[in-house]
Amino acid sequence: MSGSEFKPVLLGRRGKPNSHKLDTYKADGGYQALAKALAMKDTEVIDVVKASGLRGRGGAGFPTGLKWTFLPKDVQGPIYLCINGDESEPGTFNNRVLIEEDPHQVLEGIVISSFATRATTAYFYLRYEYGRCYRVLKDAIDEMYANNLLGKNILGSGYSLDIHLHRGACAYICGEETGLIESLEGKRAWPRIKPPFPAIEGAFRRPTVVNNVETMACIPHILNHGPEWFMSMGIPKDPNNPRDAGSYGPKLYCISGHVEKPGLVELPMGITARELIDKHAGGVWKGRKAKAVVPGGISMGFMSEKELDTPLDFAGPGRVGCLGLGTAAVIVIDDHTSMVDVLYNACRFFAHESCGQCTPCREGTAWSTKILERIRDGRGKLSDIDLLLEISSSIGTIPGTTICGLADGAAWPMKTAINKFRGEFEEYIKSGRRSESKALAGAH
Amino acid sequence: MAKVIVNDIEVEADAKDNCILAARKAGVEIPHYCWHESLSVVASCRMCLVEVGEKKPDGTVVMGPKLVPGCQTPVKEGTVIRTDSAKVKTTQQMTLELLLLNHPLDCSICDQAGECYLQDYTYKYGKAQSRLDEPKLQRVDKYHIGEQIALFTDRCVMCTRCVRFTREISGTAELQVVNRGSHEEIDVFPSEPCNNKLAGNVVDLCPVGALCSKDFLYKKRVWWLKNAGSVCTGCSTGCSIHVDQNEDKVYRLRPRENPLAQGHFMCDEGRFGFKYIHDERRLKTPKVNSSAVIDTNAQKSKTNGTSDLNFADPWLEVLSVTRTKIKEAIKTDARGFVGVLSPFMTLEEAYLLASYLKGLDKRVRLALGPVPVVGKDDKYPKGPKGESPAQEKVKFTIRAEKCPNRLGVEAILKHFEGEVVTLEQVASKGDSTAWYFVGGSSQGWVTEATDRAVGKPSLLIVQDIFPSPLSERADVLLPSATFAERDGTYVNHSGLAQAAHGAVRCPGDARADGRILMELAERKGLFNAVALRKEIALNVPSLSALAVGDLGDHGVGVAVAKKEVVHS
Repeated sequence: MSGSEFKPVLLGRRGKPNSHKLDTYKADGGYQALAKALAMKDTEVIDVVKASGLRGRGGAGFPTGLKWTFLPKDVQGPIYLCINGDESEPGTFNNRVLIEEDPHQVLEGIVISSFATRATTAYFYLRYEYGRCYRVLKDAIDEMYANNLLGKNILGSGYSLDIHLHRGACAYICGEETGLIESLEGKRAWPRIKPPFPAIEGAFRRPTVVNNVETMACIPHILNHGPEWFMSMGIPKDPNNPRDAGSYGPKLYCISGHVEKPGLVELPMGITARELIDKHAGGVWKGRKAKAVVPGGISMGFMSEKELDTPLDFAGPGRVGCLGLGTAAVIVIDDHTSMVDVLYNACRFFAHESCGQCTPCREGTAWSTKILERIRDGRGKLSDIDLLLEISSSIGTIPGTTICGLADGAAWPMKTAINKFRGEFEEYIKSGRRSESKALAGAH
Repeated sequence: MAKVIVNDIEVEADAKDNCILAARKAGVEIPHYCWHESLSVVASCRMCLVEVGEKKPDGTVVMGPKLVPGCQTPVKEGTVIRTDSAKVKTTQQMTLELLLLNHPLDCSICDQAGECYLQDYTYKYGKAQSRLDEPKLQRVDKYHIGEQIALFTDRCVMCTRCVRFTREISGTAELQVVNRGSHEEIDVFPSEPCNNKLAGNVVDLCPVGALCSKDFLYKKRVWWLKNAGSVCTGCSTGCSIHVDQNEDKVYRLRPRENPLAQGHFMCDEGRFGFKYIHDERRLKTPKVNSSAVIDTNAQKSKTNGTSDLNFADPWLEVLSVTRTKIKEAIKTDARGFVGVLSPFMTLEEAYLLASYLKGLDKRVRLALGPVPVVGKDDKYPKGPKGESPAQEKVKFTIRAEKCPNRLGVEAILKHFEGEVVTLEQVASKGDSTAWYFVGGSSQGWVTEATDRAVGKPSLLIVQDIFPSPLSERADVLLPSATFAERDGTYVNHSGLAQAAHGAVRCPGDARADGRILMELAERKGLFNAVALRKEIALNVPSLSALAVGDLGDHGVGVAVAKKEVVHS
């Protein structure tokens, strides 16, 4: 299926009048999937989701149905579902559009997922900055309670669910699932050591599933159209790689940076970065060429111009040295921009947002920012480049030196920027020039 | 038990052990900051990263691909731990370099220098130079963080041991982490300083020089301190402690880990309550009142011939007079002679006095001196509103019984007297004519009431450390020793007999009680706690467990009839 013929699924109702209202959602066939799910057994719903090959849209791409099966079988007492709406990866805004434009789509997914996981309470963790989302969601949840879509005995099925809307306090780390849980519990959002994983001991020490907003939005469609329909989109699994779970379904791509037409587009998984930029974002701005492209949020690292034909599915960015697809937030950097400035900006963000629990991330992110600050001040040394590489390779869960994966996210922009644009760094340092960019020295 | 292989050394580890403990059993150190046996595992300092694998039954070893924190990783049968690989060593170097990035390196003025894990680990696992080419972060020191504690903010390595202590052990939760990333600091809420009764422990827990004790601050370099293993005599918990001294001055007490006694910690009352040792008011000179004047010159000519130097030992004359007086008094009225054993005495001292007096005449009565009780047992961790925890959740107790050895002294009394009679009970009968009174408390222990109860006997011998209404009018005054100045055994609230070792000498002419009593009883040889314990074990059946003589670092449980008094 080519992108131009593709009819948006998740964004199908974007722009319709009152798209955030329950009556318009129902008129468009909303909540039929819920009725369908409630008529099934919870395990059958899990089977459908598993069969669809749906993978989490939050960044790591873990198979959603599989995650649900990790919950203990015979559990006494409550199970919780947490919705991760702490969308704070730079460049990412798909959750925001989904919530603002079509909150009931997400909420229907949440009720179905809660039913499937036997959760009786769902916590919607929303980043503080999303004020409009908060108000829209609040109204939508009220509408649902008023229409027996939430609360006791939903649609006469005997199943009951409460949704609590929780606003975060603007921290990147709350997007890490155990950091989110800690924050939800009222604590400092320091990610937990695992095991135990949240499925065994999560929020309030109860079995918990944490899912992304976009993942939830996919659920009603899978129930409505079936797993085969979902699998008809995207890139099938690589038969030569048993660990590849494939990249199925529609995906929201956030495009920002130096393009003519930034925005959110929905496409089947696996479009190449080049096609995405040229066909769906009006190309690089001002007639310039791209120098680097971030495939999925700044923590995934950079692709060079030569690598733009990489498909943006779960496996593609990894093949060119990026950390993964991440949130599919594509940031385009044109050839007039210095990679030193870009990397400095990324490092500054991570130094500011490092939760400070593990030594390597806490100190490493701040140190690399200081080094880049010095380089941008014309006082760099060629040895700084290797030092930056050494710092970046010594933080993260991949070498095993930190508790959570966000440190890997801090390391990857450093690694990829230096490995792919080393010459530019060397030239910058040798020239001894000072950055013309006004980007805030010392503000981390 | 599980067979674990640490750097090719095979060792039997406990199935509950983590890699750090298992490696310790193999004699291999895994450096760590945030992990502590009594606190929850956070695995955040990342100093204890090691390579872990598994030895399969067929002998092949499969190592994990990543480094794992030794604190968080439990061992099982066949676990293989490597701490000496290049990967582990480079990571340790990197972690230390990162920890030292913003550290001020002010070892020359830091109290912790000499017992600092940043120093030790850097020396063993770090590298000599930092590659930091930028100015270090500077932070403001927080002297206000507690009455007894100062925070040198920039020395902190963010291990959060102190924070977890106040949340998990004291339950008072004053300390917390503020700010984020490399700007993180330990702090308290405004006007809510860390002043709980266990607060001093955060200083011991701090692996670096960030949290310092104001009491000890800048008093002494730690490498000049010599320590003796002792027991806190502040309450019947009987915390195992180190007494750190230099040139007969005690500078600080620290808890000594003892799972049989109190665990890892001690309370501030005990920790800072040692100052009385060096109090100017201590009794320092033995005295015999008017009825017998000590002629030290005569003594001198007797012992020293014609020398002009006064080497005279006042004790020779005092003890000889005392001995005569005791014997005279017992001859006159044996039943009227009362020996008062204090719950501050060691087992050895109580035994020496009891066996001496009973040896002179069986009719001599022995009584238990006042047992000080203040308030209620104070249990930790406290709940959010300061309430005491349920019994099974108690992690530390400061006991209301403010003496170290009631159970031990009672065991001696039961053996020699058949029952425990208190001073008041004896006094109330009104038939006592002579008293041998032993004190030893740092507090105003001899009250007016005690003074009245003793009345006006024909002979009053007082062996104590501080002046009291009784010592003022004593016929014989024998200045004795505090816990820091003597060897001996204390039996705590649960019947654990622990050995304490003297750390410093007595002030002036004061003497350890054991030595006084040995000479008074004209026993041969010098006071030797180990030999006396063996003798006690032979003679006092309830204390037969002391037969080992050397009680080790943790002590030995004795079968004293436990009359556990719960003050709650």
